[in-house]
Amino acid sequence: MRNILIVARKEIQEGLRNRWVLATTLLLAGLALSLTFLGSAPTGTVGVRALDVVIVSLSSLTIFLLPLIALLISHDAIVGEMERGTMLLLLSYPVGRWQVLLGKFLGHLSILAFATLLGYGAAAGALAATGAEIDAESWIAFATMIGSSIMLGAAFIAVGYLVSALVRERGTAGGIAVGIWLVFVLIYDMALLGMLVVDQGQILSGSFLNALLLLNPADAYRLFNLTGSAGVSAFSGMAGVAQSATLSPPVLLAALAAWALVPLALAALAFSRREL
Amino acid sequence: MTSTVEIRNVVKRFGKVEAVRDVSFSLPEGETVALVGHNGAGKTTLMKLMLGLIRPTSGSITVLGDDPAAGQFEARRRLGYLPESVSFNAALTGRETLAFYARLKREPTTAVQPLLDRVGLSHAASRRVGTYSKGMRQRLGLAQALLGEPRVLLLDEPTTGLDPALRHSFYEIVEELRGRGATVLLSSHALTELEERAGRVIIMNRGIKVADGTLDELRRIARLPTRIRLKVSDVGLANVPNWLGPVEGWRRVNGHMVEIDASAESKIEVLRRATNEGAPVEDLDVIPPTLDELYAHFLLSQEAAR
Repeated sequence: MRNILIVARKEIQEGLRNRWVLATTLLLAGLALSLTFLGSAPTGTVGVRALDVVIVSLSSLTIFLLPLIALLISHDAIVGEMERGTMLLLLSYPVGRWQVLLGKFLGHLSILAFATLLGYGAAAGALAATGAEIDAESWIAFATMIGSSIMLGAAFIAVGYLVSALVRERGTAGGIAVGIWLVFVLIYDMALLGMLVVDQGQILSGSFLNALLLLNPADAYRLFNLTGSAGVSAFSGMAGVAQSATLSPPVLLAALAAWALVPLALAALAFSRREL
Repeated sequence: MTSTVEIRNVVKRFGKVEAVRDVSFSLPEGETVALVGHNGAGKTTLMKLMLGLIRPTSGSITVLGDDPAAGQFEARRRLGYLPESVSFNAALTGRETLAFYARLKREPTTAVQPLLDRVGLSHAASRRVGTYSKGMRQRLGLAQALLGEPRVLLLDEPTTGLDPALRHSFYEIVEELRGRGATVLLSSHALTELEERAGRVIIMNRGIKVADGTLDELRRIARLPTRIRLKVSDVGLANVPNWLGPVEGWRRVNGHMVEIDASAESKIEVLRRATNEGAPVEDLDVIPPTLDELYAHFLLSQEAAR
């Protein structure tokens, strides 16, 4: 355990030094703040549930941005250190390969969690400071949104590690990471939609659709946040979906957790078999 | 003497390439051993095997009583390793980097500053490693290898990129550790690099151990001729066999020089005749076989035997 924390600490130290932490936090805070204030312009500020609007816009932002940031910091983690030669020295120390991997995961996740918490928290804080009335239910929904955003980030960090542990060159890892982002964030939903349109509800059953939604962490995240609370689903236009959804929030959360743990375990396996 | 490293009949294949072929040796405490060979001779592979970073295809390795690849970390805590062309994360400072490695070895971070002083990096300790020169990185690499008073020190091409003064202080540090009972294994691609610092030399070629012994032993085995160079007057040049006697393998170089490759037995005889009263010799040099020649001899004799 101590080795994991030592590696995590170094990872955070590096993140602070090469300004990953600063850049990510500023990016998320900037986008969150502008979405909060510009995004509410058309609806006006009279809405009682101002924070729910923010949750809808922020979770859409998360789906695009967090997987990208997570893949950017993770795809290089193993193959990059191997190419630079730093991994050879690290592994000659009394530390297991799985400890190196978990330590890095913990470090990268902390960086991402810190940036999300601070960036999105700034938006909520600013909203509260302008005097908008926010009830407890909205706060809970907001906190849940941040928590699940971090889980989404964890899933894509783990996927990035898996890529990093499998490929031989950094460039390949980068290319695959971009491909994964495109598939999960953009293409998957379009393909799903196209399939449903073509199918016209003839062959594909509801449970099949549910399974397809769980097979993409971004979709699991979207469903979890946009249908999770009554207030939010009303704003997101997903109220209809929420009523008919057969996927309960715990199932969606479990899917997100599995998306973090399974690739991480596979990455550890691939890493342990690699010859240096 | 107890041995700290035992290598028995080790074979390592990477796909079709046999990087190490049936190599056996043991390294005792308190000895500096040089592992010499061309690039690709299997030196780095042997070190990785001793570190447990890769497993042998067959054969067995014991380091400080443990199998290094078994996942037991106890032995690694007493082991220092300096990889060939060592690199560090550029974002951290020298001190932070060393503190990180100290933590992994469970050494107190108070050990960091003395080590930085020892390798002469204290003035640059708060600078990012990315700004370091190659020599400074090499010194930081040596500092991390020295963490925790290692009993076995594996140094892969340690002196490349070091200027002569640094090389000298580097060997002083190595010698000091050896004096305290550590086993030091140095790898190098040329024997001359070692400047006769190693008590014992292991020569590798294409994965095979070609020679193993002290430099004197190797010289005896190789039976390389001593080169004798005579500066001769014009008169003497015309009739060399007359005053030098029947000597095999002499040749004229640079006009006024005569060069003789003398075997160990005939060496004294040749010198006697050359310094005889009346011999037309103005000056004389005796050049023992260099380390490079010795090295080349072992490589060639192994290639010929194949």
